Amino acid sequence: MTGRIAAMAAAELKIALRNRWILTATFMMTVFGLVLALAGSAPAGTVGADRLTVTVASLATLSVYLVPLIALLLSYDAIAGEVERGTLPLLLTYPVSRRDILAGKLVAQLAVVALAVAIGFGITAAAVWAAGGASLGGLRDLTRLYASAVLLGGTFLAAGFCLSAVTRQSAAAASLAIAIWIVAVVLFDVALLGAVVVDDGGLFTTHVFPWLLVAGPTDAFRLFNLSGLNVELEAGGLGGSAASLGVPGWAPLVSMALWPCALVVFAAFIFRRCEA
Amino acid sequence: MSGPAIAVSNVSKRYRKQIALDGVSLDVAPGERVALLGHNGAGKTTLLKLVLGLTHCDAGSIAVLGASPGSAAARRAYAYLPENVAFHKLLTGREQIAMLARLKGESAQRAAESLERVGLGDAMDRRIGTYSKGMRQRLGLAQLIIGQPQIVILDEPTSGLDPISREMFYSIVVELAEAGAAVIHSSHALTELEARTDRIAILRNGQLVADDRLAQLQINANLPIRLRVQAGLESADSIAERLGGARINGQAVELICQPGEKIARLAQVTSLGESVRDIDVIPPSLEDVYRHYCGLDASIDGAGMEKAS
Repeated sequence: MTGRIAAMAAAELKIALRNRWILTATFMMTVFGLVLALAGSAPAGTVGADRLTVTVASLATLSVYLVPLIALLLSYDAIAGEVERGTLPLLLTYPVSRRDILAGKLVAQLAVVALAVAIGFGITAAAVWAAGGASLGGLRDLTRLYASAVLLGGTFLAAGFCLSAVTRQSAAAASLAIAIWIVAVVLFDVALLGAVVVDDGGLFTTHVFPWLLVAGPTDAFRLFNLSGLNVELEAGGLGGSAASLGVPGWAPLVSMALWPCALVVFAAFIFRRCEA
Repeated sequence: MSGPAIAVSNVSKRYRKQIALDGVSLDVAPGERVALLGHNGAGKTTLLKLVLGLTHCDAGSIAVLGASPGSAAARRAYAYLPENVAFHKLLTGREQIAMLARLKGESAQRAAESLERVGLGDAMDRRIGTYSKGMRQRLGLAQLIIGQPQIVILDEPTSGLDPISREMFYSIVVELAEAGAAVIHSSHALTELEARTDRIAILRNGQLVADDRLAQLQINANLPIRLRVQAGLESADSIAERLGGARINGQAVELICQPGEKIARLAQVTSLGESVRDIDVIPPSLEDVYRHYCGLDASIDGAGMEKAS
């Protein structure tokens, strides 16, 4: 069974390498990471915080936008592409379960995300380290950020897989992927912010809003990383830390871990019902 | 395995209001090759997809080696060649077949051998995107012969193949059947199939209207036989007049008779002696049989022919 998942994953990785997805994803993570690190180095000097920690805060904000985008673009075609090429019926007659097909594709795509983020973060961190003013504490923050970024990637890979299996058409899946991205990284926050403004410090703001914030995968990611930093920084999104919002510190981590698991289960459910 | 390898019993399937299959029953024994014929839209592909477990029937039941179609046990036995077989264009032939071989629990070495077998030995390290249609079709054949398939499903497999590749294809099918596989082969290429199948099943509007050996179908259809008489010393016109046939060119006359009249007719022709140079007896072809069971006119040309059905 694992041999079959590995066979699927190996083929997927070759395809990702050849259609230059690995290259594109790595390029995006590296270029934006470097730009943010360089732009963020000026204020850090005055604050006196660890430079790498400041960079981690910038990279966290970057990852909120970029990692879901890369993940969705990698996975939206997973099933729709097979359907449109006409390769799915043949594959489904092979002695490989749909669960293994899903697993093989997700493993390969997760590897692409992990690789792109590792290279992007790695080059950025190396540049900051070389410039001086970085410490081992910053490295720990970077590791936390990396692990959670891969988890965030997993969430959106599974989401892309779901909509690919539902639409079974590449064009429809692509537009839905963009819609999901905009909702997840922009509109969800805007809607929450709007609700908080309207509520004007009422019950919603104190009791519902923090939990909604934690429930969103991108906000949970932001909270987890920014509240973990040693220094208080101006956060790029909503909220400062989980504690200041009145939710337990474990809540963002649980949310981040639950999202990919739930979506993978859902993707398997949809895919199992999908007829060729 | 004693019973049929594929047992389709009383299966019905509809897509919304459209009836695709209506009470179809068909058994295929191990080692048997069944040709599945029918017009576009007659339900051939639907039936094949049901056997493969790619879709599910509304009524009736299907057993594949005693298991349900699409189950893990059935999937270990399948070899399938879809109508328009497709692969990922960024992979090489070798990588694609090796991946599929691994899914069947076979080695990459086995994949290379099957690529050699279908004549893609030189092209296997090129990307599939550079292959011609015929080469992609042969790649489909290469994946067919991996493992020891017991259920072989071929959906119009020879379209796009050149004559040499077709011969290769049919020899592969013979090998698979000799190794004990039950083969269902849907096709429009009637003339090709004639000598290459053990049994013929014909679908018409979702119903199975014929399921027998070709010889038996020919007898059951009671189709007319053509006798083609080459004129000898006498002119074709006068032979046509004496025998009551139609002159088809300056040298030949065609007579059409029912199977029961054949011997009497032949005696009549031979009684003409030197007037006749040669005679050919042309039994109804698979195409004629097919047209008969599909409710079309027989293709026999010649004036005054009665309708075949």
